[in-house]
Amino acid sequence: MSIDQSTAAKVAKLARIKVEEDALPALAEEFNTILGFIEQLNEVDVEGVEPMTSVTPQRLKRREDVVTDGNQQDKVLANAPDAREGFFAVPKVVE
Amino acid sequence: MSDLNKLGLAEARDLLRKGDTTSVELTEACLKAIDGADALNAFVHKTPEIALERAKAADARIKEGDAPAMCGLPIGIKDLFCTKGVDSQAASNILKGFKPEYESTVSQKLQDAGAVMLGKLNMDEFAMGSSNETSAYGNAISPWRRGAEETPLTPGGSSGGSAAAVAADLCLAATGTDTGGSIRQPAAFTGTVGIKPTYGRCSRWGIVAFASSLDQAGPMTKNVRDAAIMLEAMCGYDAKDSTSADLAVPNFEAMLTGDIKGKKIGIPREYRMDGMPAEIAKLWDEGAAMLKAAGAEIVDISLPHTKYALPAYYVIAPAEASSNLARYDGVRYGHRATLAQGDGITEMYEKTRAEGFGHEVQRRVMVGTYVLSAGFYDAYYNRARKVRTLIKKDFEDAFAAGVDAILTPATPSAAFGLGEMNDEDPVKMYLNDVFTVTVNLAGLPGISVPTGVDTQGLPLGLQLIGRPWEEGDLLNTAYALEQSAGFVAKPAQWW
Repeated sequence: MSIDQSTAAKVAKLARIKVEEDALPALAEEFNTILGFIEQLNEVDVEGVEPMTSVTPQRLKRREDVVTDGNQQDKVLANAPDAREGFFAVPKVVE
Repeated sequence: MSDLNKLGLAEARDLLRKGDTTSVELTEACLKAIDGADALNAFVHKTPEIALERAKAADARIKEGDAPAMCGLPIGIKDLFCTKGVDSQAASNILKGFKPEYESTVSQKLQDAGAVMLGKLNMDEFAMGSSNETSAYGNAISPWRRGAEETPLTPGGSSGGSAAAVAADLCLAATGTDTGGSIRQPAAFTGTVGIKPTYGRCSRWGIVAFASSLDQAGPMTKNVRDAAIMLEAMCGYDAKDSTSADLAVPNFEAMLTGDIKGKKIGIPREYRMDGMPAEIAKLWDEGAAMLKAAGAEIVDISLPHTKYALPAYYVIAPAEASSNLARYDGVRYGHRATLAQGDGITEMYEKTRAEGFGHEVQRRVMVGTYVLSAGFYDAYYNRARKVRTLIKKDFEDAFAAGVDAILTPATPSAAFGLGEMNDEDPVKMYLNDVFTVTVNLAGLPGISVPTGVDTQGLPLGLQLIGRPWEEGDLLNTAYALEQSAGFVAKPAQWW
């Protein structure tokens, strides 16, 4: 599998990271180096092997479905780059 | 008493209990050492006021006779741990200025046990790196040097600041985290001890997430006894981490008898890699001989899928990272890019993340995005998870055959110079974790113990891997190895 510049641009878009046009060739090359390394996994016979979901098998704990936390709007907003009137503020989302 | 900062945890604890020193004295000695060590760039946020306040409280507790093991002992906290009201930015510009409103479970447990936080420690950005060179704070520098050379060396990574601080006696011990070797590799590079416990032993709550199925916290200390003491204080069930294990935490220190007679120690043949430096091979053979002389039985074992651990890791870890790091969007905390006229929310995300994430983090997030994307999920991500199952089974088979612990080198080389890997492709840097990453994939406990020095006088370490949940037994084997190796080298102070 070889990654070209347009695939690199697509991945950057999916990851929501702005990559300048002139940086794409180098990025594609890095992806290819890393993916070339990962390709080794194709040598392994994984027929009938279950993909790991949990490294230490255990049943997840359950608890009553009740509110255990809350009422800390100030704390939640304390680190926001832009908070107004009790809300996180962002640029216009809908045209 | 002079040089209190050079003490280990157990020694300092015993002096405190006898009334021969105070936590304030210990803390002041460390704060002075920290202020004199800016050249190492290990402590990146100093918290002397908090430290002295906690030291006074600890002294009061000790006087009242209510003194848990860590009470009054000054330590450093890796920047990955959220600490209430204190900068916690995972060495990333995207979290610049972030002061959490809460405390991570592990650092809270240490605080409850009376430990004194001296400040926050340098690391690779989001714990992604093996040399501390991806940090937004700049490189942490090892106190060690190659003989008389002045070349600055890496303390390893990602817990590079923790390793440098402990090795340079800026603190008695430090917290680290380990996703692929980030405690054990820097410990080996700096002549210190680092243990990654079984996955689920330490709560991950409040630790900035990198790869959630692999991340574990652990202590970085000056000796094995200290590791036992501090690990016990860090472990335990936490309802706020659904993967936290609801198991009793034993008294690890009480298990340090040094008696390993009859223990079966496995030597995995696949770890003897082509091109292994003669010094590392020799160190490993000597370690096996020491354990044998202490009464252990040395057996050759096979872990056939070892070769595939790093490639599997470089699918799974970036995949989880791409998902975990999606939260850094410039909305709730940290950095937001300055926007141009007409920029909408997508431009805000893209510019914020391009400005806030460093190169290595961007690369891993994008690799993770790719392996999870439609059409490649099965070929990469699912295949890697299947290989992970096989890697874990390799260890299970060895343990089922009666092996108690596995001995391997901790790193493929001694510490390298900062910048020396810059021209290499990223995979070269990844190879640093070749001996440690298998342990994270299998969720096992692993410890790095310094056992020798190379021809240039740099420390080298061996790794012991234990059965799940048997950290006490593992620490005891490490203790026996430490006793036999008698490693006492310290870096000469140049800073």
